Amino acid sequence: MADPAYLGAMETVLYGALILAAGLTLLVSYRVIRGPTVPDRVVALDTIATNVVAIAALYAIWTQQGYFIGVSLVLAIIGFISTITVAQYVTEGDIIE
Amino acid sequence: MTAESAAAVTVGPVRAALVILLTLVGSFFLLVGTIGLLRFPNVYNRMHATTKATTLGAASIALAGTVYYLPGGDGLMSLVTVVFLFLTAPTGAHMISQAAQRMGVPFLDGVYWPGEQTDLMRERDGETDD
Repeated sequence: MADPAYLGAMETVLYGALILAAGLTLLVSYRVIRGPTVPDRVVALDTIATNVVAIAALYAIWTQQGYFIGVSLVLAIIGFISTITVAQYVTEGDIIE
Repeated sequence: MTAESAAAVTVGPVRAALVILLTLVGSFFLLVGTIGLLRFPNVYNRMHATTKATTLGAASIALAGTVYYLPGGDGLMSLVTVVFLFLTAPTGAHMISQAAQRMGVPFLDGVYWPGEQTDLMRERDGETDD
């Protein structure tokens, strides 16, 4: 059975969005390496985590494997916790008082 | 729909169009957020760009996953991802900006902390009182 045209268009858009998100993640790493202050690096790492969340969600749709949605959710949780932890460490000098 | 056919998801034209639209919107906001992160001069301004990339970009792409998978459990999990991103992105940005301000990362010229009564703000208040 031949796929309808809209499925091909959706696949093309998803593929382009995957390539774009991967390239943007590489570009963000410039700010991680070069960032003048520590909060710059934290913000850039948080953005990388966000981009990987988007990549996992896109990959879940593109390959029709729903398990990657769970990967995306867990990566979002880990990114949030790591951001909070680094912010706490930078201000308090201690993570768990 | 049996369990075997539920594994291979087939979408209609409306849902495919919605997935395409949400993916394009999400990619646009990811692109804008990355450009803002690379080009803005200050950590506070960069955070302004990246939180938009998180809440609107990644959440829009996760919403595309919701639209694609909705009758199944994966769609609900993707919806949880959307809610989680909308809750945590402002919280994380707030904590990082507070940490940066406590570390002493300077503001741009002409930008002051909201509670501080500076000479510039007093002048402006005096003018508005007249």
